[in-house]
Amino acid sequence: MRATTDLEDLGLDEGGHLLVDHALAQLRPGERLTITGRHQALGVHLAAWCREHGHRLAAEAAEADDAPAGQFEVVKGTANEQRWRDARRAGAADGPPDASADPRWGLAARGALVEAGGPPIGAEWTQRDHVWADIAPRLYAAAAASQWDPATAVDWHAEVAVPPEIERAVVQLMTYLVENEQAALIIPARLLTQLHPHFREVMQLLAVQAADEARHVEVFTRRGLLAGGPLGTSSAGGRTSLHTLLTEPDFTTASFLLSVLGEGTFLDLLRFINRHAPDSVTADVARLAVRDEARHVAFGVAHTAHLVKSDPSYLGVLRQSVERRHAALIDTAGLNTEVFDSLVLLAAGSWDPAAIRRGWQAVRGLQQQMDEGRRRRLAFIGFPDGEAAELSALHTRNFM
Amino acid sequence: MSGTGASRGLVLGAVAYDPKVVTIWDGFRAWLRGPGGLEFDYVLYSNYERQVEDLVAGRVDVAWNSPLAWVRARRLAAARGVILTPVTMRDSDRDLRSLVVTRADSPVRSLGDLNGRVVAVGAVDSPQATLLPLSLLRAAGLRVDGPRVDNRGDRGDVVVRRFDIGVGLHGDHVGGEREAARAMFAADPADRADAAFMIDSNLLLFAREGVLPPGSARVLAQTPPYDHCTMTAGPSADQAQTASLRELLLDMDYGDPDLRPLLDLEGLKQWLPPRLSGYDQLERAVDEAGFYDAEGGIRASDYRP
Repeated sequence: MRATTDLEDLGLDEGGHLLVDHALAQLRPGERLTITGRHQALGVHLAAWCREHGHRLAAEAAEADDAPAGQFEVVKGTANEQRWRDARRAGAADGPPDASADPRWGLAARGALVEAGGPPIGAEWTQRDHVWADIAPRLYAAAAASQWDPATAVDWHAEVAVPPEIERAVVQLMTYLVENEQAALIIPARLLTQLHPHFREVMQLLAVQAADEARHVEVFTRRGLLAGGPLGTSSAGGRTSLHTLLTEPDFTTASFLLSVLGEGTFLDLLRFINRHAPDSVTADVARLAVRDEARHVAFGVAHTAHLVKSDPSYLGVLRQSVERRHAALIDTAGLNTEVFDSLVLLAAGSWDPAAIRRGWQAVRGLQQQMDEGRRRRLAFIGFPDGEAAELSALHTRNFM
Repeated sequence: MSGTGASRGLVLGAVAYDPKVVTIWDGFRAWLRGPGGLEFDYVLYSNYERQVEDLVAGRVDVAWNSPLAWVRARRLAAARGVILTPVTMRDSDRDLRSLVVTRADSPVRSLGDLNGRVVAVGAVDSPQATLLPLSLLRAAGLRVDGPRVDNRGDRGDVVVRRFDIGVGLHGDHVGGEREAARAMFAADPADRADAAFMIDSNLLLFAREGVLPPGSARVLAQTPPYDHCTMTAGPSADQAQTASLRELLLDMDYGDPDLRPLLDLEGLKQWLPPRLSGYDQLERAVDEAGFYDAEGGIRASDYRP
């Protein structure tokens, strides 16, 4: 049976080529398609379209005496088959991602049929184990489902009747948090630019992570300015500590230092601020941030553990990254003393000596809690207990 | 020059009618010199006339010629006893037609009805949008060679309104054809053309662009099929290198991802062996218009490439 398609009065200037293309797709190169139609310029359209697409309009059919008017024959060309000859699928759409992502897939969707050619993606991280964690798809789904609106998630109109000296401590802590969250925003954003998009869920997770930090920057800034005063101080030592994170070149060590050790430590810090908050706004912003940070920590821990499971020698690389950072910071003050003092004052609630003692003890307790948390996570990743304790002790005094 | 051809490699001339020409020939040059192993280079011309003169004089070895450039090269070479060798053409260079298009609602029903009316054409040197369709009108008994003044008082002639965009590019620049098509829909009826000339593929292009919305235009007549560009080697070209160039071009595979973008830009799927049977119509049209003389001299008085 001959392949035919009837365009009725449709021209190729109004989409008729879709019908022709659709019919030709069923044929092999060299096979013929009979096209009928009533459009005044159908023959002209077909001749031009065929030439452009590597098909041939059979002259004999159009010019033969017994050929009915409005009937044409197209001989299918080879261009389409040639174009897709070397096409490959970019892995499986629903995952898991391939162990190695081909740079030639470029920006193609995972699972797409990728035409050969085009620019390769310049991403540095193309190996699954160097970026992946099996929990990434679930973490992304959870992250997307728990986005909150800074305008409504916090009751900004709640009464904030905080004594001036405690307010100054809150403002100093907010100033410090903003600077840390800015580092925590830039790092996943930077990792994103070097990640092969084949690892879609990790890409999505990092994007949401950056968006989380954007909201944290907003709410901490807003709380800091709530009483109308200026923001607090930013110490050179604190910024130096954060800066070492920005220059960490490797995906896993960056994720390890930022999320496992830094944000892991921040979980305890934010809970502490929430618990000792002198007002509901401070309590709210700390509570909202800690929820997001927990996801960031979960990915960092899961990914680092995933890589160590596939390559136990990577523990050495992780250890070196902690030691390197410690060495880089050894001559710096570390934590801004005003931040430390603000934590004490926040927990004390007043300048009363007995209260200050309680505050001091609370912060000591916080530091111990932070250390235990880091050791627990390091042990989960695969470090023996002794080494976990040693590395935890080398972590920056700046918390992040 | 022929003695030095082999040592300096093969130099091809192409006309820079669009910035993409650099991309195309840089890409082809890299491929021909790399995987192809041919000592090849190219130079660009601003117009076809100088390219053809240089081809026949042996200043370039090969020329990527428009159909009109081929007609002139053939005449120049014949007059000087110089041998030209056809090299290749694109699959898309075969069996084109030019169209005479009117508005769908125009009272013009036949070419004869254009008598005393205004026809919008492309550049003076456009084979597809000027020379060939004017020849079609002459064959229908119309007088098209009167003074090119837009004067409706002279009802005996077709009034030819020319859109000289990209003169010297032999119609490669689409601007003249597009303006001609637009002229059919000029807001002021006094400026409105009754018909316009264009190559068949531009009927679809102008529909996509919205210049000729679907249903707005009607094809009144079309020329017989003719061939378009052709690549020609001149007297300075080394024969073995020319044969090598031809083989390499004919072997270019649309399936090759490195070549495919270049072939797409150049508008072909495959290079084909050349044929010279598709230019008779244009030879006649050139003679009728007195565009070139038999020796290839430029005779069109208002042609300034």
